[in-house]
Amino acid sequence: MSLLNNKPGLQRGEASLPAVLLLLLVLAISWVLWSGLYKPLVLGLGAFSCVLSAYMGHRMGFFRHRALIDLLPRLPGYWWWLLREIVISSWEVAKLILKPSLPISPTVVALQAEVQGEVGQVILGNSITLSPGTVTLDLDQGQLLVHCLTSESAQALRDGEANRRAARLELG
Amino acid sequence: MIDIGLDILSWILLTLGGACVLIGGIGGLRLPNFYTRIHAASLTDTMATLLIFAGMMLQAGLSLPTLKLLAIMLFLLLTGPTATYALANAALLSGLKPDAETVTDNDKGHAG
Repeated sequence: MSLLNNKPGLQRGEASLPAVLLLLLVLAISWVLWSGLYKPLVLGLGAFSCVLSAYMGHRMGFFRHRALIDLLPRLPGYWWWLLREIVISSWEVAKLILKPSLPISPTVVALQAEVQGEVGQVILGNSITLSPGTVTLDLDQGQLLVHCLTSESAQALRDGEANRRAARLELG
Repeated sequence: MIDIGLDILSWILLTLGGACVLIGGIGGLRLPNFYTRIHAASLTDTMATLLIFAGMMLQAGLSLPTLKLLAIMLFLLLTGPTATYALANAALLSGLKPDAETVTDNDKGHAG
């Protein structure tokens, strides 16, 4: 574990052994699935890549966010809801673009994220960007700045369904 | 029989995905400025990715390539919005003002 010692002042965070092993396992499985070659040289390179990736993840503060593992079981339900949102808003945006009059009403919304954790806030911000018609411009201290293509989509965002869903993702 | 059904379904998905790319492109040309054009790009990023990958997964059937396609799709869906955020945030920080009405979340918000 001497490699993974935590230095103060760096954003590395505590790397617990189970978390490191889990990451290595996931990386190794994806490598084996991708390569499909089982020669010693290729496997050796794969093992090296996995260790290098885990070390770089550690340097980038990956292990600070163990919350990700905690909310993993609730992610599929959230994704299902998000998929429906994406389909609905894609349809709206496609109609909007193809209308000859191009009836857009761009609106910027400042939104306070209900979810407290950093990982949850990133998921919220990315979900908003992922649904067509809304793009997250800025995320700072839980304050989101969202650009909306129409005032209707801005109103839907302020009704807070996405916000509540993301908050529930963290609390369970 | 089932094969033909799956083929037809995957063709529908692929065609719809292609239509999304096309509409995204049209939107990129028609919309007036940077921030609104991003929305057209996100139609291509998200919906087209979902539809085209779903169509390709149906073509590949129950096999390893399907698993790989699923993984690539998830990767694109995770990195796409991150790249969009980087782009939009860079534009905002470098001082490009959104040509839009600003609404503050009046319950708790105080930024604008």
